[in-house]
Amino acid sequence: MAVQMSVEPYVVEDSKRGLFRVNRRVFVDPEILERERGLIFDKCWLYVGHETEIPRKGDFLTRKVGGRELIFVHAKDNVIRAFFNTCPHRGAMVCREKQGNGKAFRCFYHGWTFNLDGQLVARPEAERYSQDIAAGTHDLVPVPRLEHYRGLYFVNYDSAASDLNSYLADAKEYIDLTMDQSEAGMEVVGGIQEYGFEANWKLLAENSFDGYHGMPTHASYFDYVVAAGGQMGGIDAKLSEPRALGNGHAVIEYGAPWGRPVAKPVPAWGEEGEETTAAIRATLERRFGKERAYRIAYHNFNMVIFPNLVINNIMAITLRTFFPESSGKQHVKAWTLAPKDETPAMRRLRLRNFLEFLGPGGFATPDDCEALRLCQQGYQNLAAAGWNDISKGLGQESQISTDEEQMRIFWREWDRRMSGGTE
Amino acid sequence: MNAQQATGPLSVIRGDVEEFLFEEAALLDAWRLDDWLGLFIEGAEYYVPPAGSDEDVDPDTTLFYVADDYFRLTERVKRLKKKTAHVEFPKSRCRHIVSNVRLLGGSDDQFDATSNFVTFRSKGGRTETYLGHHLYRLCLVGRDIRISRKVSFLDTETINDQGKVSIII
Repeated sequence: MAVQMSVEPYVVEDSKRGLFRVNRRVFVDPEILERERGLIFDKCWLYVGHETEIPRKGDFLTRKVGGRELIFVHAKDNVIRAFFNTCPHRGAMVCREKQGNGKAFRCFYHGWTFNLDGQLVARPEAERYSQDIAAGTHDLVPVPRLEHYRGLYFVNYDSAASDLNSYLADAKEYIDLTMDQSEAGMEVVGGIQEYGFEANWKLLAENSFDGYHGMPTHASYFDYVVAAGGQMGGIDAKLSEPRALGNGHAVIEYGAPWGRPVAKPVPAWGEEGEETTAAIRATLERRFGKERAYRIAYHNFNMVIFPNLVINNIMAITLRTFFPESSGKQHVKAWTLAPKDETPAMRRLRLRNFLEFLGPGGFATPDDCEALRLCQQGYQNLAAAGWNDISKGLGQESQISTDEEQMRIFWREWDRRMSGGTE
Repeated sequence: MNAQQATGPLSVIRGDVEEFLFEEAALLDAWRLDDWLGLFIEGAEYYVPPAGSDEDVDPDTTLFYVADDYFRLTERVKRLKKKTAHVEFPKSRCRHIVSNVRLLGGSDDQFDATSNFVTFRSKGGRTETYLGHHLYRLCLVGRDIRISRKVSFLDTETINDQGKVSIII
């Protein structure tokens, strides 16, 4: 029996007329969220964490990823593993700490104890269990797939998914640009920003690489940049390129007026900032040649790895992932990455540079969240006003970063997967 | 970010500090941000560490929500007064509740105090609650108490319910 499909499409692309629209129902309908859980969050590679968050043997952290509670652990054999944080006995969350270092995980309910490989190693009155129960039956359950690229670990809840490497496709080029900032490697700097707000998760995917909203939404931030001595217009004002990176990932690459701790100074950083960044640029040139060194030092990019990992390499690097709590509410986790061998002065400068724009206390992110919250509220009118417009630049000869092509790339992939398309 | 030992005479008592902190709260409730900024000495700092942080958290190695030097604090106030600080336009209604004020010691040049707080921010049909404690480094300028550093520690594990730190808490 044929299933009656909804008469209203999710996404309509009319390239002849240059019109691209998204049905506002996709932001409010709980049934669509359920489909997303099955077709997107259960099928795509989802970011868990970075290896430098658990650098030593025995380091672990707990984290909710794609609706599952996970334990992310650096095991004795130096392999990083991830388990579902639930006791195989009665289901209690085994590990209750946010992070730590240990030799074992112990469920306090009945005292079952597991080693860092997830194997059951002890339980009270063990002799009361049948010897016929197969080995492994009472171990912690590992995630179906855990793979990494340059220290970034991703989980996939579909054991049949293609490998991470091919999933990331050309997004790897931009991960490389980020990780190549330092020969010593990059690390997550202490702390995580966790916040939530009342807007559908896809609105933050759009917003994270929406070049069009920059000036109107963030006028007050740019006032600050000018006050701090940044040059509006800046270097490479003409550089402005959206790119499809495969599998729904996309990026915009552009020049901007703000300072970049690697390795574009602004006057407010003084002589020390000038000297330190010059030294970093010289090292980059030695390692990569002039052209790539310049790109690493001066080019900004905002990238969304489908469906929900943002890597924005701007006035600092932010890694950001976000999950729906409901159609109208999302939870955000954000980190920053920095060179392991950074001087304390540059580290200080980097963290403060991050905060001038980013995060819940920054001069920009709260206004983004407010805009997205207002969108979500506006969708209460969807019976009368039912469509979002993502048409800017469609049908033009070339695309610029303040067009909306990068968002169309996201939506085409979202629509494809929601229509039952696989990899 | 811990309290320091006393090195000279201290001529304020706990009640003076309490009165000062009540005045500060009243200025913030009334959105009198220029006057509020006037309570800080030049070179002062304002911090909000990530929710759930201990007092030994360091802004040079940890990603805070707010780590303002005096310049950025001044810019924060300027921004919050603009219509283009969209998150606070129209302005939210704020109520700063301050209690459990304790004077931790020091001298007139530099003394520390702490208070518990509950700050309510109401806007758009909902009220967000921030709770925790403030740690102040204060000094006497003439006979007036002034702030050289304010750190606001949030008790919640995340700010999933509040979403932002767009007001001065």
